[in-house]
Amino acid sequence: MMKTLLNRLIQAVLVALMVGMLTFVMARSLPGDMAYRIAAGRYGYDLVDQAAAAKVAAELDLHQSAFTAFSQWIMDLARLDFGVSLISGAPVMEEITQQLGNTLELAIAALLLSLLIGPPLGILAGLRPGGWLDRTLMLISTALRALPQFVVGLGLIILFSLTLNLLPAAGHGQSQHLFLPALTLALGLAAVSNRVARDAMLSVQQTAYYSFGRTKGLSDWQVFTRHGLRNVAVPIITYLGIQFIYLVESVVVVETLFAWPGIGHALVHAVFGRDIPMIQATALMMGLIFVGLNGLVDALCHLVDPRRRAHGSA
Amino acid sequence: MLKRSLALPFLSAAALLMLSTASLSAAQDDVVDIVAPFEITGLDPAKSGDIFLRMRIVETLVEADKTGNPTAALAKSWSVSEDGKTWRFKLQDGVVFHDGSKLTAGAVAQSLTVARAKPGLLGKAPIEAISADGADTVVITLSKPFVPLLAFLAESRAQILAPASYEGSDVKTVIGTGPFRLTSLEAPQALSVERFANYWGEKPSIEKAAYHSVSRAETRALMAESGDADYVFNLDPASRTRLAKGDKVKLLSVSIPRSVLLKVNIGKPVLADVKAREALSLAIDREGLALAILRYPAAATQLFPPSLAIWHDANLAPLGYDPDKAKALLAELGWTPGADGILQKDGKPFALTLTTYPDRPELPLIAAVLQDQMKEIGVALTINSTNSSEIPAKHQDGTLELALMARNFALVPDPIGTMLSDYGPKGGDWGAMNWVNPGFEQALDDLTRIADPEAGAALRAKAVAAIQSDLPVIPIAWYQQTVAVSPRLEGATIDPFERSFGLETMRWAK
Repeated sequence: MMKTLLNRLIQAVLVALMVGMLTFVMARSLPGDMAYRIAAGRYGYDLVDQAAAAKVAAELDLHQSAFTAFSQWIMDLARLDFGVSLISGAPVMEEITQQLGNTLELAIAALLLSLLIGPPLGILAGLRPGGWLDRTLMLISTALRALPQFVVGLGLIILFSLTLNLLPAAGHGQSQHLFLPALTLALGLAAVSNRVARDAMLSVQQTAYYSFGRTKGLSDWQVFTRHGLRNVAVPIITYLGIQFIYLVESVVVVETLFAWPGIGHALVHAVFGRDIPMIQATALMMGLIFVGLNGLVDALCHLVDPRRRAHGSA
Repeated sequence: MLKRSLALPFLSAAALLMLSTASLSAAQDDVVDIVAPFEITGLDPAKSGDIFLRMRIVETLVEADKTGNPTAALAKSWSVSEDGKTWRFKLQDGVVFHDGSKLTAGAVAQSLTVARAKPGLLGKAPIEAISADGADTVVITLSKPFVPLLAFLAESRAQILAPASYEGSDVKTVIGTGPFRLTSLEAPQALSVERFANYWGEKPSIEKAAYHSVSRAETRALMAESGDADYVFNLDPASRTRLAKGDKVKLLSVSIPRSVLLKVNIGKPVLADVKAREALSLAIDREGLALAILRYPAAATQLFPPSLAIWHDANLAPLGYDPDKAKALLAELGWTPGADGILQKDGKPFALTLTTYPDRPELPLIAAVLQDQMKEIGVALTINSTNSSEIPAKHQDGTLELALMARNFALVPDPIGTMLSDYGPKGGDWGAMNWVNPGFEQALDDLTRIADPEAGAALRAKAVAAIQSDLPVIPIAWYQQTVAVSPRLEGATIDPFERSFGLETMRWAK
């Protein structure tokens, strides 16, 4: 267990370095003039001109070499100083903590909602493979996964905000603003996790120990809670780790659609505006969250699966 | 049994849904929710000063009326010396900033001096010094007469902030004099304001308002339709058509001084001859394009729309659509159709790259239509839809060929400011490129010195006619601004100069 966590820690440091290096190189090699891009981000398209770009270049010392700029960044990072945003001029750390909090709120709500929707439905389907529930779910899951979140989100707004008039269409600040973006994400997550749960349930149900449990006279419920649940849980939890990738890529779209001031939204704007400190810090945060959550998944699997504990390895 | 227990999570999910929907919709309170695409990128007037001005948190020395004429704001009157080089502005009495401090000439001079050193039009005026004469008179000394100064002072970036707002030349908080006071700011997406009790002018009826930046046009329209937002700025054509069919919102529309233009690099040999530019202009079916994409009849017949009355010349022969004539003009220049239908001369095709940007979603669509219409006359266009800053950047390094852009002529109420920076002697990032027309330059220069209205009108007509005949930019369409307003809100207006959301005149329906 300790070894696993240590591995994750080393991974985190490597991720930090790689993300820092890659985002730096990528942001520098993007087409377009940095000073003009930053000026466009700051002042908007009506006001970006040569004079504004020249002022930006002079203020930010954009003519220094890439190497100097990068070593400066690494030095600052070592002191946990992310610098200031080139667009807004506010400390990156300040901007990120606020946005990260918003994104985590959304991601956790989405994850919980997806756990309420996906695995229970999947398990029910897995208990009666080929039944009407199984087939309907297959259809809905395929459709939801195939549709871009953008369309799913718009559909939900039209249903809940326009037709039923129950929820606000978009925005941030009140608790009811959370529901639609979280549901959009959750449906995408549940679309796959119900399939994973269904297959896991099916394979557990086909094992000898499960049949034996039934033969020795346990009820449906007893055999499910004693022999099914724990075995089904391991693939579902492991799969959660993979789902974070989906979450990370989806928040970018969903946050923009629902005007949710999170880190995905910030990343998109930072890329447009060549705000390198913001790009580096947001990408770094996303990378670290990914490593952290995977560490958490490892730990959970460890708790759920006694075989791993007995062998004392990951 | 099993199924029932597994159904539990569904019930709780459903309960969660009920719970979150039980509370009322956000807009059913006394806060006017304003939604627009602009992000709050910082406190500095050079960055988001336009939002602070639109929300009436800050004010400028000079305002503009509906036709763009300068009117009193923080300055109640002004006078200019005989030689046109010294302007004296007398301030309103009893004006206090939101922090309680008095508006003094010193504070105004400080704000304007800081603004001058930052990107903005004020820095382009021939100002020598800005100083205070006593507590209530601001004196601006110029190196040469400059009539558009009043318009420049009305620009959002020349807003007046309290001395306590600044730390050096950095703006740390926004303390203005407007009828609304900033109460919270969550950059980049939201800010809230509250009515300022000690406002010097007429007090507004609205007590609280909030600004939300929502970048997606579809989302904005849905927020208007669902009642989450009370005043939604900048609707996309498709949503506007849809909203107009229902009665959930009121739509206000106004023609604004913003034009869709095709910027032409006259330095490119293929575009150097005015006949080539005329041919490109004749190839554009402006009416069809405006109806199909903008969905209102807004085909441009010249650079300025009729709403900009002093710059629009009704007697000017309109730009037309005549692809046959376009082909004939290009044939005169020696272009002959190649095997693929694209014109050729000396073995080289008539091919150009058109740069545009998606910040205004209609631009790439218009670019695609242009590509089609140009192909009709044998001109091949490659569309490069990229960041808006590529246009000024490529203007500066000389590689731009064609650019499709939406230019706002009223950064200040009198377009002369924009004309000077776009069509001045060396051209401009958002205007002419390698265009030389001494008569035009003289007219523009005279306009900055001659205050006489009649002489001014003649000079403007001359300048507009020069652009119409030389086509350093090819006008395509005029914009209309549309806002969706909640039926609960009365007295909402739409400002053609995009200076105000009109919070000061709004009131809740009884």
